[in-house]
Amino acid sequence: MAVPGNGISRRLVSWARIKSPWITVYNSGGCNACDIEIIACLMPRFDVERFGILVRGSPRHADILIVTGTPTLKQASRLRRVWEQIPEPKYVIALGACGSSGGVFRGLYQVVDRVESVIPVDVYVAGCPPRPDEIINAVVRCIDLLREDTAHGGKEWRQKKPLPAPVPGEKSPAEVP
Amino acid sequence: MPEVVVPIGPHHPALKEPVNFRVIADGEKIVRLELDLSYNHRGIEKAAEQRNFIRVLPLLERVCGICSHSHATAFAKGVEEIMGLEIPPRARYIRTIIAELERMHSHLLWLGVAAHEIGFNTLFMWSWRDREAVQDTLEEMSGNRVHYGMNEIGGVRRDLTPAQIKTALARLPDLEDRIQKYVGMVNSEETMLIRFRGVGKMSREEALKYGAVGPTARASGVDYDVRRDDPYLAYDEIPWKVITDNHGDVYGRTRVRVGELWESTQIVRFCLENIPAGPVRVEAPKNAPEGEILSRYEAPRGELAHYIRTNGTDKVERIDIRSPTLANWTSVAMCLTGQNLADIPVIVAAIDPCLSCTCRMVVVHRRGGRAVPGTAAGESGHDPKSRQDGWRP
Repeated sequence: MAVPGNGISRRLVSWARIKSPWITVYNSGGCNACDIEIIACLMPRFDVERFGILVRGSPRHADILIVTGTPTLKQASRLRRVWEQIPEPKYVIALGACGSSGGVFRGLYQVVDRVESVIPVDVYVAGCPPRPDEIINAVVRCIDLLREDTAHGGKEWRQKKPLPAPVPGEKSPAEVP
Repeated sequence: MPEVVVPIGPHHPALKEPVNFRVIADGEKIVRLELDLSYNHRGIEKAAEQRNFIRVLPLLERVCGICSHSHATAFAKGVEEIMGLEIPPRARYIRTIIAELERMHSHLLWLGVAAHEIGFNTLFMWSWRDREAVQDTLEEMSGNRVHYGMNEIGGVRRDLTPAQIKTALARLPDLEDRIQKYVGMVNSEETMLIRFRGVGKMSREEALKYGAVGPTARASGVDYDVRRDDPYLAYDEIPWKVITDNHGDVYGRTRVRVGELWESTQIVRFCLENIPAGPVRVEAPKNAPEGEILSRYEAPRGELAHYIRTNGTDKVERIDIRSPTLANWTSVAMCLTGQNLADIPVIVAAIDPCLSCTCRMVVVHRRGGRAVPGTAAGESGHDPKSRQDGWRP
């Protein structure tokens, strides 16, 4: 997608990306539980490295950003900056109830309710916290998305279309008796 | 040589959680440490005032993902004392079992992280593998790996079946074996001895002066444990001993934690074998009478204190959480002075920092730059006047 040229070099890069997605984790104000479960994914029982999934510290090396916790007001701008540093194509996983919807912290004075209101999210994972196998499943889902996006030539095909502008004079279906 | 400021964080490969260190260094030596702990501040204390006792327990569990049972138990224990409730002995034992299993998983986690910080990744993998056995036991008992949701005012929500007790007991011998191995390793493994000995020294006087708590204080010879000195749950009925050490460095803190791991397995074994029969909860009244209490609890990282004030309704009037990590930061800043820059990860990891419990806010007025007094954890965060001043990013 973002690779210049076409043909063999582009196919090679996207093949490599699908085989070994690199991940960076950002704690945007969570309670630590999700982060601990992500580290548990790296450990002998789950061991995601055998699938080629590597956890990296720098967002500039990453393909997938996992965001844990509901972003606090202080972290929101930093989360945005971390996201901007990731090269395209990038995918975002909102982990846990907090990342998806705010969870138990929804509506507190110091939080932005969900990750979605700061950066676009591709995969949501439910649970408080999600089990390590659910986290692995989310990463696999990201790889599926990456494969579909490569076939479509970009992310645009699955983005929500804006509602059509109302035609003046025409009644909406709800108003028709 | 001029002093250099080394900023670390809030997002940094070496950090698991957002915190900002400003290390002022003179060459390789650290002169001073400045901290910004406010990144994870969510305003839990204010939210707890608006939810009733049933809804506030899940919220307080999510103060921290590692010591979630500690926060819920400290709160439930305090409110029960205000209400004058006596919880059934079986509930006390179940709470103790979960608390000690939590201590085991937290200390195994810490051992792994500390080994990772010195580049000893084999131990990192080993201790986290053994931690999975503890997690499995917790999952069988409570239904979740991390947030157990076992507490309610007046007892616990789930009983232990004989089958659960049997499988938990069957897992223990293996775990005891491994922990014995770690006890031997801490005293003989060359990699750990070289890297831990003499790093981050703190004397007994300094530990008392800077208010260190938990394993950090006990490693400096402070013989203090809330479980023994202010007994709660079933700790006064169980034979166990407080682990102390007089090395005062990271090596001593490792010895204390590994020793506590062993004690925890013995407490869990005793509780599982001698758990009394009977109900697991009593019905609690909806409202708590007017009163205030400082509920103390020995969390894996040290003494946790919940200050609770009630006013006769079904909500708290004020809750203030003093987490153990907050008490230990001062001692870290002291320990780091004069050490090498490369020792920062080891010394910081040695107190087992947990930032989501600890986050505090200071609101600074844009004009004049003065801090608003008494802004720990969201008192004036709700003040509409300070919002107009533009503290909100």
